[in-house]
Amino acid sequence: MGGSAILSSAAAAAPAAAAAGLAVECTALGFRYAERDALRDVTFVIGRGEIFGFLGPNGGGKTTLFKILSTLVPMQSGTARILGRDLRGDTIAVRRALGVVFQRPSLDAKLTVAENLRHHGHLYGITGRRLKDRATAMLKRLALDDRADDLVETLSGGLQRRVELAKALLHEPQLLLLDEPSTGLDPAARREFSNYLAHLRESEGVTIVLTTHYMEEAERCDRIGILHEGALAAIDRPTTLKAEVGGDVVAIQCAAPEVLERKMQQRFKVKGQIVGGVIRVERPRGHEFVRDVVDVFGSEIESVTFGKPTLEDVFVHLTGHQFFADAKGAAERD
Amino acid sequence: MGEMMLQAGTLWTREITRFVRQRSRLFGALLQPLVFWALLGAGLNGSFRPSGMPAAMSYAQYFYPGVIVLVLLFTAIFATISTVEDRKQGFLQGVLVAPISRPTVVLGQALGGTTLALIQGIIFLVLAPLAGIHLSIAAIIAASLMMVVIAFALTSIGLVIAWRIESTQGFHAIMNLILIPIWLLSGAFFPLSGAPRWLAWTMRLNPLTYAMAALRRGLYLAEPNAIGSTAPILSSVAIAIAFALFAFLLATRVARRASAT
Repeated sequence: MGGSAILSSAAAAAPAAAAAGLAVECTALGFRYAERDALRDVTFVIGRGEIFGFLGPNGGGKTTLFKILSTLVPMQSGTARILGRDLRGDTIAVRRALGVVFQRPSLDAKLTVAENLRHHGHLYGITGRRLKDRATAMLKRLALDDRADDLVETLSGGLQRRVELAKALLHEPQLLLLDEPSTGLDPAARREFSNYLAHLRESEGVTIVLTTHYMEEAERCDRIGILHEGALAAIDRPTTLKAEVGGDVVAIQCAAPEVLERKMQQRFKVKGQIVGGVIRVERPRGHEFVRDVVDVFGSEIESVTFGKPTLEDVFVHLTGHQFFADAKGAAERD
Repeated sequence: MGEMMLQAGTLWTREITRFVRQRSRLFGALLQPLVFWALLGAGLNGSFRPSGMPAAMSYAQYFYPGVIVLVLLFTAIFATISTVEDRKQGFLQGVLVAPISRPTVVLGQALGGTTLALIQGIIFLVLAPLAGIHLSIAAIIAASLMMVVIAFALTSIGLVIAWRIESTQGFHAIMNLILIPIWLLSGAFFPLSGAPRWLAWTMRLNPLTYAMAALRRGLYLAEPNAIGSTAPILSSVAIAIAFALFAFLLATRVARRASAT
């Protein structure tokens, strides 16, 4: 697959942020559920202070990887070190340095915001003055100070996400791990959340690792790893990945894509991919190609679009699959 | 060690806080056995006299410690249902990625459930005079100590189940199939001595039978002759404690293996 070249070059080029040391090093991670491989031979490093995203469709292995890194499920094969500590052998020490934000809520809705934070502090061995100071500081920073004594169940979804973040940051983790942090947030809240993560990295040097199936969220990461069917298809900066796609992306919709694709090959000597009933052609100077193809085959074509490659195009380029093949409707509703 | 107590303690506190905020749980766990006892005890008093029961004792008196164990059982069940809900609603995820060992998590849950059960058990003890059962201070203390052991054992058994199953519906099925029969066959309802041989053996193999006997002896401390033929107190207490510890260790083992999803 075309991705292997990208993968090896990126693994060799140490990211700039890694100069300060490595936050995560995983080698040949594998994970099997009863009847299927969820992860196969996943190898990557994440530098300290990076904002790193795992992008992939649902079922690609993101959630399994998140569960392994957050110590929610025990490792099966491969090795993993987080902040220099062995994930398998030194689990408790790893947990101390991790802040975890789950996709599903992890707050006790029957307790107040302050009570949730207090219990969380105790679980991490923080008590007394320090606990009080940390809780006050976190509530203030996330603009929750006037909600401290409210029951969590009375807060809006967006506010609850903020409390989740306050909780995950209470014990001053060096690495923040977030599973689909944008799920359930409207676009404005999503942008605000992601700005806050950037701010957090700037001000405290926290490493941020997240999973996502939103292209725009992935765009804002320093580097991304693309997960497809349990394997890493590529890992690099979003801009670099998009540059790997040859020039512009032209998508042609027509009644008989196989027939038209063959004709195009003969006429223009270009090879297209048929993905989800649409012919995709990657071409430099895409606008000229659009003109030529419409000139010749105009009667057979329903519509043509062309544009600069997006991360979605990168995914299709690497895997030959549609990103939202199974759940296009669901993804659009999000 | 200090951190472990802090962690278990915070889970315990949370359990109590939640309980206080859900009054219906208190009434549910207390009223149901009370109704049971009032109806069954009063109804069976005149017409039902199991063989082997001492002559000096009314059926309501005989049934009384059995109902206390039922109160403990119901509360323990409610406490463990909340464990299943914690997992379903997500709270447990946060606990499982915190630097806390699984046995400590289970300890916090078990102590929480035990405390709630104990509070309700003691309320029930206090009501005893209303039923014409007069208890000495020593009997109340002895019975309370036994209630701690029994509540801890029952909560731990509930946790063994709660850590293994996915839904509260599954829990109800298991409760009716396992927990209620264990209670029925503990001598709570009828004494071992009058039961048919196969049933008597089942009861002898039931660890709760000994816990029940120890509670019965503690409760009627002043009138040892009124107890009838139960196992001697020391071995009953020993077996009850061993039962509680075994159930707890089993729960920690199951929790350690349980996946977190």
